[in-house]
Amino acid sequence: MAWIVHNLWLIPALPALAAGLSAFAPRQSRKLAASLAIGSMFLSLLLSLCALTHVLRAVAQEIETRQAFNFPWLQIGADWLQLGWVLDPLTAVMVVMVSFVGLLIFIYSVGYMAHDENFTRFFCFLSLFAGAMLGLVIANSLLLLFICWEIVGLTSYLLIGFWYQKPSAAAAAKKAFITTRIGDLAFLLGMVWLYSQAGTLLFYDNGAGCLEQSVLIRLVAQTTAAGMTVSTGIALLIFFGAVGKSGQVPLHVWLPDAMEGPTPVSALIHAATMVAAGVFLIARIYPLMAVHGGAELSFIHTTTALRVVTWVGAITAVFAASIAVAQDDIKRILAYSTISQLGYMMIGLGVGGVAVGMFHLITHAFFKALLFMGAGSVIHGCHEEQNIRRMGDLRRFMPITFATYAIGMLALCGFPLLFSGFWSKDAILHAASEWDVSKLPFYLATVGVLLTAFYMTRQVLYVFFGKSHLSASLGDSHSASNTVAVHHSSTPHESPTVMTLPLVILAALSILLGLIGTPAWPWFTAFLSGQQTHFDLHGFAENGVLATMLLSTIVFLAGLALGWWLYGRKSIESSDTPDVLEQRQGKIFNVLRSGYFVDSLYQHTVIAFVTWSSRACDWLDRWIWGGAVRIVSWLIVGFSWLSRSLDIFVVNRGFDQGCQNISFGGQALSRLQSGRTQSYLRIIGVAFAAFVLFLIWGHHR
Amino acid sequence: MTALSSYLFISALLFAIGLAGALTRRNAILVLIGIELMLNAGNLNFIAFWRFGPHPEALTGIMFAIFSIGVAAAEAAVGLALIIAVYRHYKTTDLDEISSMRG
Amino acid sequence: MTLPFAILVLLTIAGAAAALTLRNLVHCVLALTLGFVGLAELYLQLGAEFVGFAQILVYIGAVAILVVFAILLTRSAGPTSKLAFSPTWVLSSVTTAAVFAILAWAIHSGVVTSNPHPTQPEVTVKQIGDALMSRFALPLEVVGLLLTAALIGAVTIAAQDKREMK
Repeated sequence: MAWIVHNLWLIPALPALAAGLSAFAPRQSRKLAASLAIGSMFLSLLLSLCALTHVLRAVAQEIETRQAFNFPWLQIGADWLQLGWVLDPLTAVMVVMVSFVGLLIFIYSVGYMAHDENFTRFFCFLSLFAGAMLGLVIANSLLLLFICWEIVGLTSYLLIGFWYQKPSAAAAAKKAFITTRIGDLAFLLGMVWLYSQAGTLLFYDNGAGCLEQSVLIRLVAQTTAAGMTVSTGIALLIFFGAVGKSGQVPLHVWLPDAMEGPTPVSALIHAATMVAAGVFLIARIYPLMAVHGGAELSFIHTTTALRVVTWVGAITAVFAASIAVAQDDIKRILAYSTISQLGYMMIGLGVGGVAVGMFHLITHAFFKALLFMGAGSVIHGCHEEQNIRRMGDLRRFMPITFATYAIGMLALCGFPLLFSGFWSKDAILHAASEWDVSKLPFYLATVGVLLTAFYMTRQVLYVFFGKSHLSASLGDSHSASNTVAVHHSSTPHESPTVMTLPLVILAALSILLGLIGTPAWPWFTAFLSGQQTHFDLHGFAENGVLATMLLSTIVFLAGLALGWWLYGRKSIESSDTPDVLEQRQGKIFNVLRSGYFVDSLYQHTVIAFVTWSSRACDWLDRWIWGGAVRIVSWLIVGFSWLSRSLDIFVVNRGFDQGCQNISFGGQALSRLQSGRTQSYLRIIGVAFAAFVLFLIWGHHR
Repeated sequence: MTALSSYLFISALLFAIGLAGALTRRNAILVLIGIELMLNAGNLNFIAFWRFGPHPEALTGIMFAIFSIGVAAAEAAVGLALIIAVYRHYKTTDLDEISSMRG
Repeated sequence: MTLPFAILVLLTIAGAAAALTLRNLVHCVLALTLGFVGLAELYLQLGAEFVGFAQILVYIGAVAILVVFAILLTRSAGPTSKLAFSPTWVLSSVTTAAVFAILAWAIHSGVVTSNPHPTQPEVTVKQIGDALMSRFALPLEVVGLLLTAALIGAVTIAAQDKREMK
């Protein structure tokens, strides 16, 4: 086995080690923490590139591209729980993406968090997250994946609530953790069920893994409740875990609130990597989801599990995009956009397979991280202002940020041909249009493209064009803000190079990555299945490809034009005038702004029920169980009081009395010993008289 | 009243007088005198019974009386020596003041 | 109960009573001597001549003198200012009376009077001497031993401590 496969564990271990070391570092050693994090991430990147080269070579030589390394971990009875890691094209691509994007965001954070006093803690948590995410990606066992999944969730909680003194941040962190926990419960149930049916949790194990033929045959043959096969049941449970982690409807409510965390956190975790973990999970267990029984085993796009995935993704895509239209916070727009794009990825996985969904995941990681980091740059330059209506005309003051943000926005909306987002989204639309089950996801995805273009245009116009509303609001915000702002100028300024350089790199890649997934040279698709391919312009001539490209271009331009028509022609007078849409359709706008009142719904049903039941349990505990305990303790106390009283009044008194009587008796008797002989003599006389009397009388009788 | 009972009565009276003196007088020497008197009353008892009572043995009463006199003399000597020794320590012969053997 | 007998008895009892009620100790001893004399006479009346003479020799000649010496050595001679009787004389008198009552009652109720006028036994001094040497030899020796011990003891007890003399 190759060296890199054997030592694949180093990739997550190095950042985890950096996290452990910087946990012990004192708060002042910022340089140490940052260099540990960045250094370990850089080494992980090098190792990931090694892994990628290895897989590329395996593809070129047309040998087996998937190599797994398993080891026994825990003995349970006669069985051993095994863990392991696997190196295949999917893993290689993901580790490179995660470590590369992670490295850029770490470098960016050095500049962004420079004024924060908890710098060291931040980098410790970031490293821990990176280690866990990389571990999740290389895992060959569902158990190891789940462990890393949970650690990733933990670090997300820690980082969302990084500024824990803010009550909104602490609440958001709790909400994120609890909402994803609901998904994780289903994940755990699916995992346990899989283990009980398959006997192993390893994915690939020389033919005995749970994603390999022999096990899948068994799983697909059995049926369970509601007539679905065991494989479908397990797949749906695990998918529900992905629903929580990737913010699909109905467990999407935590992602917008997660923007309370610092912007690098939003960029890394809630855009590029952690939320993508759900998509990655589905991609990883794709054989389980797509397996179809029958005469012989086959993998199709229309199994029940994949249908559920597609519908959930489609609903989420449109749902979130519509909410993004009515948001005013720069990061919340991007958050809802992320939810929407994750829906797209799910559609891609459902209708088109692993390659379609994963391609969009990779491209999305780059341009979404770029957008978030750009937003962070904007926020930093505007002195912590986050409301887009209070910005404006920033392209004058922050040119680099504007240029890179525009590239990211175009990539997200899918500007034709040049940008990677176009190719990846097109692949999804093309696959959706050819789906046998229904055309509705295709229509919904198209509507989503329109909405995406619209709200991103709205955002860019508000932030970078028009009149600047900053100086008015800065005067108010300065008196209220409590951040240590070293540069107290009232005009916005460009961010330092340490922040803009990653933006430039990501922008370049957002353009270039499109090249690996065009229909003419579908390198990515081929690579993931371990095959080679070559450049062929006839790829465009395949049926429906060009039509889809044209359709998406028209829809994109329509959205852009609509946005410019409403927001670009004249800018708003002041930041207090209501939004154009709000003026026209106030009620619908409010419904969209509040996210279709989903949060209130949850608050009044689930949370109210949980609160009620926890109060009921508290009452039970306090009065019933507590009462029982108290009664027992009162009984014992009473009993001991009784014992004590007995002891004091009966035993002690009796004993004391007895002793006192003896003492008195002794004292009384000792008075007989008066020391005077005549008394003794007298007593002899008395005794003599009594004795004689007794004798005589006795004798008389 | 027979002769025997009259002698016995006399001896009883003497005994009682001796006892009364021994119990009531303060001076130690007088207690000793009372004791001597009691002994003498006993002697009288013996002789009276020797003279008037049934006597299988002719000499027992006499002998007893003789030995009693001898022992009484010895006892009087020791007793008086004790009184002198006690007087030397306590500087008094008052029995009420010599009560250090109290219990 | 002839008159001489009655006078004798009265004398004896008077002497005994006086011996124990007079204040002056020397008077008490003299009264005691009188009582002893009366008792000796009673012994002579009863026919126990040897005992009578022994009584005079020992009691009057030794014991009474001894008591006088003791009185003189303890400076109890002469009139005393202290009370003569101890504080508990009532209880003691009651006790004595009880004892006397018991004795009198015993005498009255159970005297052996089989023979109202028994014969006087004939005892000579020679018989007494013979008995002392034969049958009563052991008691004689024991009494001798006793007397020796008493003598030594009395001397030891009454001997003055060399320390006290200083």
